[in-house]
Amino acid sequence: MGAGVNHLLTVNRVGIEKEKLTKISNVLTDARSIRIKGRSFLALMLSPELPLDEWLARLDDLAGRSAGFFLERPIVLDVAELDIDRHQLKGLLDELARRNVRVMGIEGGRPSLFEPGMPPAMRGGRPAPDIEVPAAEPVATAAETAPAVRREPQAAKALSSMIVREPVRSGQSIIFPEGDVTVIGSVASGAEIIAGGSVHIYGTLRGRALAGSVGNAGARIFCRRLEAELLAIDGVYKTAEDMAPDLRGQAVQLWLENDSIKAERLN
Amino acid sequence: MAKVVVVTSGKGGVGKTTSSAALGAALAQRNEKTVVVDFDVGLRNLDLVMGAERRVVYDLVNVIQGDAKLTQAVIRDKRLDTLYLLPASQTRDKDSLTPEGVERVMNELKEQFDWIICDSPAGIERGATLAMRHADVAVVVTNPEVSSVRDSDRIIGLLDAKTEKAERGERMEKHLLLTRYDPARAERGDMLKVDDVLEILSIPLLGIVPESMDVLKASNIGAPVTLADSRSAPALAYLDAARRLAGETVPMTIPGEKRGIFGKIFGRRAA
Repeated sequence: MGAGVNHLLTVNRVGIEKEKLTKISNVLTDARSIRIKGRSFLALMLSPELPLDEWLARLDDLAGRSAGFFLERPIVLDVAELDIDRHQLKGLLDELARRNVRVMGIEGGRPSLFEPGMPPAMRGGRPAPDIEVPAAEPVATAAETAPAVRREPQAAKALSSMIVREPVRSGQSIIFPEGDVTVIGSVASGAEIIAGGSVHIYGTLRGRALAGSVGNAGARIFCRRLEAELLAIDGVYKTAEDMAPDLRGQAVQLWLENDSIKAERLN
Repeated sequence: MAKVVVVTSGKGGVGKTTSSAALGAALAQRNEKTVVVDFDVGLRNLDLVMGAERRVVYDLVNVIQGDAKLTQAVIRDKRLDTLYLLPASQTRDKDSLTPEGVERVMNELKEQFDWIICDSPAGIERGATLAMRHADVAVVVTNPEVSSVRDSDRIIGLLDAKTEKAERGERMEKHLLLTRYDPARAERGDMLKVDDVLEILSIPLLGIVPESMDVLKASNIGAPVTLADSRSAPALAYLDAARRLAGETVPMTIPGEKRGIFGKIFGRRAA
């Protein structure tokens, strides 16, 4: 990444899905109905902060270092945490438009904020991991435009993983900072799995599982049966006492969301 | 070919010594020459349980240090002439055991006996690791309660890591011997169920020995329970376990339950 301060805006990706609808009209002159198909895009989410002019200055700074990052990308504005009125929102949209940031929807806004002509209100977006805004090459000139700095997917690198084919016994410690650990068997009380990536346990997890141990908030923990003593992802941990009792004994996956561990049953 | 069996558990007081003596006697009753070796240097008990405490002259540490020959230290049982005991030293501690010394003694024993039963001390330190070091088979003695089960799990991990067999890349054969099983308490849910223990430890079941006054009585008269009263419930359980250890297929019975359920558990675990 480029030198200097790296302002990271909260840029979330939001999957936007239109539901499949079938429009039915009262006057059916044509038997065919109009079919509307769903399609989902990844939108970037911008969460402006007050005071707006300072936030816009930071946005300019980011855009300056990463020219064209916002061009041609669907942008959703998150105003849930923003205490502004309709007039201010209109002003903000104009400011963004002057910067070629085209807002396709607004999330978290009160109905009174909206007026005709504004991007529509959106809800039900699903959070996706943070995106780091790539910095332009330090030597890049203004002439170099969008295509040069378009974020390319990183070259596919085969992530390493480790497979443990037998139960992990009490007192044993499997440490694998390089990637995922898969255990075909159970992890006993008093045993621990420490993985740089995700932890997969095809058995009962009775001991400890620490995923994303070297700093990886996207790591997850999966197990056939949860009886764990301790769970940790990216340094955020939960002991058995803090876990929801209804997850005990269930097939569960756990991930990190806003620095807290979330869990859901797998079926 | 001699078979070395370690009787181990991690936790103390679960019945390692009782089980070593009972299994040793049961194997000897099959007319196979058996020696039971006490590795609990400093806290020896096996001589008492086998009723040989008044005949101990030399012990394992004497043999290891070259002060006595193996033949001088090994005591023949008065009731069964195929059963022998190699006592531990009460005055020394576990540091008197050296890896080379233990290896030499084990090799010598292997030349003379069909079965060598190593009664491991509790813990995971030197005494326990040397007792398991040369084993071909491990009998993991576990009580149906959580601390014993977790300690057994720890020991199973060590059996797969710190034994000669494991270091050669071979798999150590491990069997679970569930002792002090109380059907009434299991019924009330005060104890772990057989299935729960098997699920956690995931090793095959060798036998279930019921909690019984007969075990205490046998210790007090200095006889392995299989010799003291071979018709008692714990004796029958140990005799069956010994037959399974010798490779026979014997249907499993869980004390206090109907036969059908036993067959089911054994059948599933044996698969």
